[in-house]
Amino acid sequence: MEPAIKVENLSKSYVLRHQKVSNYSTLRETLTGTLKSLFSNPAGKTSAATKEKFLALNDVSFEVKQGERIGIIGRNGAGKSTLLKVLSRIVEPDRGKITIVGRVASLLEVGTGFHPELTGRENIFLNGSILGMTRAEIKSKFDEIVSFSEIEKFLDTPVKRYSSGMYVRLAFAVAAHLEPEILIVDEVLAVGDAQFQKKCLGKMKDVSAEGRTVLFVSHNMEAVQKLCSSGILLNKGELIAAGGIESIVRKYIENNAESSAYFGIPRPLDADHLPGFAEWVQIEDELGNKLPEVAIGAGWFLRVGFQLNRDLDEFVIGIGIVTMMEVAARTTWSCPSRCVRGKYEAVFKFNDISFASGSYKIIVGLSEQYKTFHYSDNVASVTISDVSTIINDERMVNSVSGLILNQVDVDITRLS
Amino acid sequence: MSIHRIVIEPNSKNANYWKDIWAYKGLFYFLAWRDVLVRYKQTVLGILWSVLRPLITIVVFTVVFNKLGHFPSEGAIPYAILVCAGMLPWQFFSNAFSESANSLTGNASLLTKVYFPRLIIPASSIIVSLIDFLISFCILIGLFMYYQYMPGWRIALLPFFLLLATVTAMGSGLLIAALNVKYRDFRYIIPFIVQFGLYISPVGFSSSVVFGGVSTPTGLKYLYALNPMVAVIDGFRWAIIRGGPPLFLPGFILSAGMSLFLLFYGLRYFRKTERSYADII
Repeated sequence: MEPAIKVENLSKSYVLRHQKVSNYSTLRETLTGTLKSLFSNPAGKTSAATKEKFLALNDVSFEVKQGERIGIIGRNGAGKSTLLKVLSRIVEPDRGKITIVGRVASLLEVGTGFHPELTGRENIFLNGSILGMTRAEIKSKFDEIVSFSEIEKFLDTPVKRYSSGMYVRLAFAVAAHLEPEILIVDEVLAVGDAQFQKKCLGKMKDVSAEGRTVLFVSHNMEAVQKLCSSGILLNKGELIAAGGIESIVRKYIENNAESSAYFGIPRPLDADHLPGFAEWVQIEDELGNKLPEVAIGAGWFLRVGFQLNRDLDEFVIGIGIVTMMEVAARTTWSCPSRCVRGKYEAVFKFNDISFASGSYKIIVGLSEQYKTFHYSDNVASVTISDVSTIINDERMVNSVSGLILNQVDVDITRLS
Repeated sequence: MSIHRIVIEPNSKNANYWKDIWAYKGLFYFLAWRDVLVRYKQTVLGILWSVLRPLITIVVFTVVFNKLGHFPSEGAIPYAILVCAGMLPWQFFSNAFSESANSLTGNASLLTKVYFPRLIIPASSIIVSLIDFLISFCILIGLFMYYQYMPGWRIALLPFFLLLATVTAMGSGLLIAALNVKYRDFRYIIPFIVQFGLYISPVGFSSSVVFGGVSTPTGLKYLYALNPMVAVIDGFRWAIIRGGPPLFLPGFILSAGMSLFLLFYGLRYFRKTERSYADII
């Protein structure tokens, strides 16, 4: 069967202007610009250097099979949105060729074309037709859309009086009832409350279960993994990898790593006069590899590098893990021990504690005979990702189980 | 079910350009419908504005040009009818032109988020002005009754001149809309064109003042006829005023030709630039 989407050697570039020399610069701007460059560049360089070509997409090729649900992931500026815009025919590529078989609907924004003065009812029709539905289609789905959006009571109120939640719900409800052969979706699930997001994700799953081809961009790895069967990874406009979604997500997390797994600690001003000081912190997996994001439920190590300027009798190194809301999640320290002068590493092994997903701040402290001589607040952050292959019990990951997710055994005994 | 097949390539010639537009007629309808609904939202007088604005202008023009300026009417026709026959098409043109010239920048969020043939936006924005025109046409009928005036058979040709007005508004609107995307200077030029055009078009006076003037140099007559609205308004008057003087044909043809040229050129420029709208808007 022919692929639904075939992309060959696609490139798209933008010209960036670093100075505010616009296309339609006024005479005054041109004059002052020339004067400035005369003074600052006696060599006589022109302002040509202020233009820079930026490759938003660089020689990207891939195929999407019919009925495939493909996730497009990458960091900000990787070219995801540009790719979707080119696929949706909103912008034209510079090079390359795309062949699309089937009707395309793209959802790059929730509520495109909503008019604040119009009522919810009117906007359903307007937005539906903008997204490519016919009037008959909208009419036949009208009741479904209204009940999905949960705004029955406000159907005849102008949307400018809606709360932002209602607005988003209505907008998504319209979009969710599109029935194209190919659906292109950009990061739209990032809006709305958690419950509604879940509902949307469910709806999207239904859509794809009907055999439609779905292209989905999101920063939410959990959503991508739930929805997509395969993925492509973009970085700086280039296609890094394509394949099964699990391996692509893993690759993305690894790729994202390097920078955020190692944290240098600013050297204290009086470092040479202190008994010692901590130098860096690194988050690792159980094999000692750098780990920018810890999968929920997985074991991880915290390695601290420190230096001692003299021999210490009762040296203790301690760390604290604090939530972003400044709630202490865990504080722990080493046994007092005798250490001679030198460079050291300490490893804290979090093998059996499952923290809830989110970001945590790390505090490091060094002390001798219970007197702290170097204390560093907020030296690093560790992110516990909600993507997991270890914890399969969804209730544990998503519900409000608290900070610690370790299993608790419960016995129930009948007393009477 | 037929299989849609789209090939996207740089600078691809879209062979199905017009077919594509036809396929999006639903969107055309809804955008026009939106503009109509929004037009007089949250106003007290609502649709009455469509009548009031031209009516007041007609009264002022009649007083200024006829009573104070002593401009002659066409034959025995009341001057108010003469002005009205010029004012209605002019207001239609100036509304339709400004709406469509500003339509692309006004709908920037649509352009950057959804695909559809771009022509739909300026085209649909003209519909509001067309409806306004039809409503304000009541003024003319009112004047007919007030002056107990009965137009001749030529009024049946009025739709043709309305079409000519639409062509003029569309052509100039497309051109300026496309330019406006790249050069926002045109935002300031649009009201200027509308204001300036009112004085060089035969709205408050009759074209025979220019064409029939014995002392008017021929060159000036043709320069005057380069304004496409001359043909539209003269046509309206010719259709409405029973037994009025015949059209000054060379002037009419030149002026109508300008309308067609504007449409042709506007459309061409629009099509040439429309691919890049989402990138530069």
